[in-house]
Formats: sequence, structure tokens, C-alpha cells
Amino acid sequence: MQLYLPIAEVSVNAFLILGLGGIVGFLSGMFGVGGGFLITPLLFFIGVPPAVAVATGANQVVASSVSGVLAQMRRKAVDMRMGAILTVGGFIGSSIGVWVFRKMTALGQIDLFVQLSYVLFLGLIGAMMLQESVRAWLRTKSGAPVKRSHIHTWVHGLPLKMKFRASGLYISVLPPIAVGAVVGFLAAIMGVGGGFIMVPAMIYLLGMPTKVVVGTSLFQIIFVTAFTTLAHAVTSQTVDILLAFLLIAGGVIGAQLGTRVGVRLKAEQLRILLALLVLTVSFKIALDLLLQPTELYSVTPGMLP
Amino acid sequence: MRAAAIAFTLALLGTPAGAAPEQIVAGLSQSRVSITADFDGTEILVYGAVKRDAPAPDGPLQVIVTVEGPATSLTIRKKARRGGIWINSEAVHIDAAPSFYAVATTGPLDRILSDTEDLRYRITPDRAIRAIGLTSEADDPDGFVAALMRIRFAEDRFRMLQGSVQFVEDTLFRADVVLPANLTEGEYNIRIFLTREGRVVDTQDRVVFVRKEGLERFLNNLAHDMPLAYGLLALALAGLAGWGASAAFAIMRR
Repeated sequence: MQLYLPIAEVSVNAFLILGLGGIVGFLSGMFGVGGGFLITPLLFFIGVPPAVAVATGANQVVASSVSGVLAQMRRKAVDMRMGAILTVGGFIGSSIGVWVFRKMTALGQIDLFVQLSYVLFLGLIGAMMLQESVRAWLRTKSGAPVKRSHIHTWVHGLPLKMKFRASGLYISVLPPIAVGAVVGFLAAIMGVGGGFIMVPAMIYLLGMPTKVVVGTSLFQIIFVTAFTTLAHAVTSQTVDILLAFLLIAGGVIGAQLGTRVGVRLKAEQLRILLALLVLTVSFKIALDLLLQPTELYSVTPGMLP
Repeated sequence: MRAAAIAFTLALLGTPAGAAPEQIVAGLSQSRVSITADFDGTEILVYGAVKRDAPAPDGPLQVIVTVEGPATSLTIRKKARRGGIWINSEAVHIDAAPSFYAVATTGPLDRILSDTEDLRYRITPDRAIRAIGLTSEADDPDGFVAALMRIRFAEDRFRMLQGSVQFVEDTLFRADVVLPANLTEGEYNIRIFLTREGRVVDTQDRVVFVRKEGLERFLNNLAHDMPLAYGLLALALAGLAGWGASAAFAIMRR
């Protein structure tokens, strides 16, 4: 069934979009990532203009995150207090990110900047996660005692300490705000929710238990992507509500199924899978930059900045 | 005296060259295209006849129909290898290039239209584009224009439909032009040319209006006129859908 999208101004197959939303929603519910880093490139691929894809992708991430967070809340796997602190940081970072995004657009190199960010961050984080989670997986298999992740470092000496009961942590609010800000910044630059950065940062930097990481990450992603969606709708009118509706319809169902599957998998296995997924996307974008494109020229509407 | 002279000159200028012994009488299947949710491209039928006051002169008569979409400004970028990766380097800016351009003819364009007439009426796609000013920071602007043509043809936004116009007894003609789904809103100018031995004998202009209708129009207007309300609506939709799915699955699990 063909459907004409009012803002993207292209005609697409409605079932294809529903399917895309479903697959990305499934991964979103399983790993606790928003799925923006998947949905945005997929929308480019089916011919949706990049600006519309980024803005509408953010809107779809809001819906799948709401759906996922509610499922996690029933399992009491959301640290609200930590989520709120991360969100405060996220807004600060996102505001700076939107400003930098505008500057890079004016310089005419935003595409390259976005692609390089994808390759760099996805590659780095994917490799780190893979290495760590494979090691942890091998350790549990060999039956060796698991080390507690509670190692006292300089992080624990910072002021403004706060209790995070759901995470079982008593740490300063400064590291979570910093993590939130960095993620918010990258999210605005890359047009994604930032879950793939947030999840490892929570595990390795803040020392949060894996059990609450997924729900808390989704909780924070809701607010960051809602902010991004509004910013795009107001500044560039690039949110396509009809496209978003189709993606959402597929996405919310996928997210529910994904959460069910995610619960059954072991934390290490989950992290290995997420790491492989992140590395694959990173590798694909790197190839695009390294190989000679078949068409050297590209046409974009509008004036030279 | 002077007024009379001016009136005479104006009258002379006003009459078409040679008073066109053969004239086009043309019609369109639709003068308005509505883009609605199920829009997947449409077909415009251009039909008509040749009206004559005297018997037709020798030589075969030919028909050329062009359809030109609203012009937009655009930037063409060329990638180059810098430090191992392919990045945008040079760029050319074009003030106005048609967003859609189709040429339908009764025969091969190079045989039925002379170069001078093409130059004058800008009929072939290259002429239609090149006509409009381009500012460039590149060494080779022609390569950029060629690339634009290549990309537009690949997108089906530019079309050459040589030999697709049906022409019966040098009098009745019809041309079908398919408009793709990725249309730009605005006025589509349709020009009909009658040629004999490469020379244009008569021309006619028609306009088709393309605009979004119904839900498409409502959403498009809302997005541009009330962006904040539109953004909030998008968020409300997302929140509601997320909550709805979660609640529905919670019930199903019980």
C-alpha cells in the first residue's frame, strides 16, 4: 500500500515502514537503546530526505522509549532519581549540541561531521563493549568468581553525594550530570537518543547494575528525544507526523516483544549482541566514507550557506 | 499622428509572425492535481488539434510537448578524496532549476527541432537548465550541470519521451505525461509546439496546478503555521502510542 508523506514529500510503502518500525522497536526494547542510530540511516536508504529522517526518527524514539520504560517500570527496573539527574545533564548538552550542529551546517560539512561521529563513537563503544562483555561471558562460563564492580576511585571522592536506592549507589551527582551532558551533546549532533552511549557509560563509568541500566536509559531518552523533536519541529518543520505514526505503530509493538526477549537473555549475551550491532553500523558507515561512491555528485535543495 | 504611428507599430508587433496559418487548439485532461494520502503519481493527458485556414504546406508537421515543474534553488556538491575519505569539496549553486521536466515528441528531437529554435524556446532539458544563472566555486561547472541531469533523470524527475506523442493525419494529437509521486507543489507549465522542418510554427501554453489536499494539506499547513502545536501533537501521539501498546500487552499477558 503506497502512502504519500506530507512533509517528506515522497510516496512510500506503508507496510515497509511498519516493518522497519517493528524491527527497530524490537531492538530498542531488548537493549534499552532508542534505536535512532538504526532508524535514521534506514530512512535515508528508502529515500526520505535526511533532515526529515533525523527529526522523525527522534519522534519515533520517543514512542518506543515510553513503551519500553513502562514495561521496565513494572519490573521496578527504572532508577527515577538517576534518570532525572541524567536528563538535567542531557538538556545542557543537547542545547550546546544544537548550536554546534547549526555552525557545522553553515560550514557545509555537517554530513561528514555526522558520519565521522557515527564511525568514531559507534566503533569505539562497540569495540569496548564487545571486549569487556566477551571477557565477562568467558569468566562466568569457566566458573571463576565474579569481581564486584565497586572499586573506589576519584569519582567517589566528589562532593554533592546522593543516594540512588534503585541502583544501590551513593555517589556524587556530578558524574551523572557530566555523562548526561556528553550524551545529550552527541545525541543532538547525531540525531539519535544516545542510548548506545548511555548504556555503557552507566555500566562502566557510574557502576550501575545492568538490571536497572536499560530502564533508566530509556527513561532519560524519552526526555532528550522529545526535546530534539520539538526543536526540529519549531526550527525546521521537518517532523513528518504521518511517517512517525507508521514507525511508531510498528515500533511500540516491537519494543514490547523486545523487552520480553531481553529479560530471558543473560546480561553478558545482551551486551555482546548490542556490541556486534553497534560495530556493524559503524563499519557500514566507515565503508561509505572510504570507498569511492558510484555518484560523486549530490544535489541538495536550497542555497549555499 | 504620432499616436496612430505607435498604435500601428503595436498592432504589427502584436500579430504573431506570419499570422500562423496553422494553429494549435489544445486541452488537458486535468488542470489541477491534488496530492492526497494515496497519491502515487498521476498522468496528464495533453490533447488537441491543428486548425488551418488554408491547405497545409508541404513537409511533415511535428508536435513537441514540454511539462515543466516549479523551479527551485539547489546546491550540487562533488565529493573528493581527502586524507583517505570521501568528503564534499567543491560546490555549485543554481538559482533556479525546474523540479520536474518532461519532453514528449512525435519523433527524434534533433530531427524535428533546429538548434536555433531550441536555443530560442529552451526545449531540450540541457537548455532548460543552462538557461538559468549559476554561481560557482568550481573549476568545471559543466560537469556539475551534467551531474544534475544524470541525477534528475535517474530520479525520474527529468524525462525524454521521444516519439511518444500520437499524431493522426497531421491534425489530431495526444501526449500522455506521467507525473511521479515525488512532486513539488506549484504551477506546472505545459508548452505545446508545432514544428515543420525544424522551425516552430505555433505554440500554446497551459498550466496545471499541483497542490496537497485533505489530510496532507492540513498537516503541511499545521507544520508550517503552528510549528509548536504540531511538535506537541507529534509528541502526544508518540506518548499515547507508547502507553497504549504497553497497556495492551500488560492486559494480554494476564
